Amino acid sequence: MSMAGVDLVSLALRRPHEVPHWTLAQWELLVRQARSANLLARLAALLEDLGSLEQVPHAARAHLEAALVVSRAQEEAVRREVAYVLKALARTGIDIVLLKGAAYLLAGLPAARGRLFSDIDILVPHSSLAEVEAALMLHGWATTHHDPYDQRYYRDWMHELPPMLHVARETVLDVHHAIVPITARLKPDSGKLLAASRRLAEDSRLRVLAPVDMILNSAAHLFLNEELSSGLRDLADLDSLLRQYGARTAFWLELVERARELDLSRLLYYGLRYARLILDTPVPDHARQATDANRPPIWLRSAMDALFMRALRPYHFSAADRFSSFARLALYIRAHWLRMPPALLARHLTVKAFRGREATTAAG
Amino acid sequence: MIVAALSRKELSRRLTGPGLRLRTGPVVTCVQSRQPAVAEALALHYAEHAVEPDDSFADFHVRIASPRGVRRWVRPQVLFQFDGAPPFYPLPADQAFPMLEWGLNWCVSAHCHQYLVLHAAVVERSGHALVLPAPPGSGKSTLCAGLVNRGWRLLSDELALIDPASGEIVPLPRPVSLKNASISVIRGFAADAAIGPTVHDTLKGSVAHMKPPVESVRRASERARPRWIVVPRYNAGAPLRLEPLARGRAFMHLVDSAFNYHLHGRRGFEVLAELTAASACHELAYSDLAHAVEACDQLARA
Repeated sequence: MSMAGVDLVSLALRRPHEVPHWTLAQWELLVRQARSANLLARLAALLEDLGSLEQVPHAARAHLEAALVVSRAQEEAVRREVAYVLKALARTGIDIVLLKGAAYLLAGLPAARGRLFSDIDILVPHSSLAEVEAALMLHGWATTHHDPYDQRYYRDWMHELPPMLHVARETVLDVHHAIVPITARLKPDSGKLLAASRRLAEDSRLRVLAPVDMILNSAAHLFLNEELSSGLRDLADLDSLLRQYGARTAFWLELVERARELDLSRLLYYGLRYARLILDTPVPDHARQATDANRPPIWLRSAMDALFMRALRPYHFSAADRFSSFARLALYIRAHWLRMPPALLARHLTVKAFRGREATTAAG
Repeated sequence: MIVAALSRKELSRRLTGPGLRLRTGPVVTCVQSRQPAVAEALALHYAEHAVEPDDSFADFHVRIASPRGVRRWVRPQVLFQFDGAPPFYPLPADQAFPMLEWGLNWCVSAHCHQYLVLHAAVVERSGHALVLPAPPGSGKSTLCAGLVNRGWRLLSDELALIDPASGEIVPLPRPVSLKNASISVIRGFAADAAIGPTVHDTLKGSVAHMKPPVESVRRASERARPRWIVVPRYNAGAPLRLEPLARGRAFMHLVDSAFNYHLHGRRGFEVLAELTAASACHELAYSDLAHAVEACDQLARA
């Protein structure tokens, strides 16, 4: 069986109708890759929606069913947790904008189907951060990363508070005030994001970003992330959002214009390019031409293709080739470069190098 | 084909090459290892288990490997790898087989959420299952080993897999893990039980595994409905006490022992409620294994 260096997960997401007829050997590798890409439940939900789960070979179907059990439980848990957050922040009167997974779920978007969650992300105005943090602490959330350097890393340089852990439920809440780090070269205006956000029917204080902003946030998160082990999962989010909203022609004009306004045109270019190349996301020609204005020069473009087309494969050895670990390292450095000015970056990497491996997981 | 049908040469060819596709109940695990102790232990404990062909579907891919660097030679260690990545810290090399066993438990408890998975031993007699949910140190495995040496069928020593659709228990017969004093207790209790070498100084003290009875492995596809719940408690020197246990408390014992109760929502609650409602629930304090086994036999006859 020669399947080295293949990405069966994106193939399956592109052609879900064909997957039930794959051989057992293909299914075995698909389950392994999808598991390590955090996309097993996604695949299961996709097949369930197509009504073809029953046609999947029995042995492989057990894994899809197990993944659906986890995904359904997580959906319930996220809804519950959002209700707790609302309750904790009720007195403050501050509107809460849900980001990413929790937003897709509460807004009832297809992007939430079979999506696994690690934490809940919310966006609040920078001026309300202290009040929000205090209210959350009063209701059982505690800050993490007690090391003074880590605290400074988050509070002075990042776009979020140090992750907050609920002491009883052990859930993690990320409180953002922006969608990219403070120190990043790009400066999307959080005020504009908050102003355009939409109210959810669930609760008058619960909001999600406008569709174009949701897509730009998803692209910014993916293409500024140092760590791409869930990169394909994030690209699948982007794919789902683009398919959902892209049916309307006016949407693409809005998207391109909004990207320009928020200083995210280059990241949108990457988002559309790799969604199209890896997941066959339909992007109309006029939108491609419009974003091409922001593409990098040809030499950089080929380099980026070589890196992202590797790093956005499932994080499994069977999907890797001999350049994969180099690609991940190069993108790790690139993300840091984009997230911090050179002097700060040098300092940050020095601190991390001296603190060793443990700290790598702690701060960025 | 079963493991015993493979020559030692063929067994190690598979373990060091494409992997041995070992069937344990509903689960097929592709095992790779270069450790002679692992091949030895598999040949003993899994002799009657089915080997699936190389082109079958394996649920999990695991490897007992040597870590890179100095620990390959100096106070050597072994590493359990799940699909290429190690979920646990390495252990001293002589613990290779216990590590494989713990790793196989982890594979199931961390992934097989199509079942409600309890940390419990399950044995069966005349079509009915006896569930022994209990924390480590309660004498669960000792009692389980005692029962399967007196005619009960082993469904599982560690993991009770409950099918949420039917409430039936799906057998996962694997070696019974014996700790510390219970190793010699079982040697004394069942002279013909096949018990592997004792490995000392593990996280759980001294550990040895007992080969599951042939009959239990052959009948691994026969599910069983729970009829008795017995919560064992080893109590050195104390007389035997078998007392009825309130259903509510038995229910809570099951919840406490579950790995993934939180994932099954309402259905999880219903399944455990039905299980407790359909079962006679008891607490069993024991120090003498023969008496404890006799008490369970009597329960089954009642």
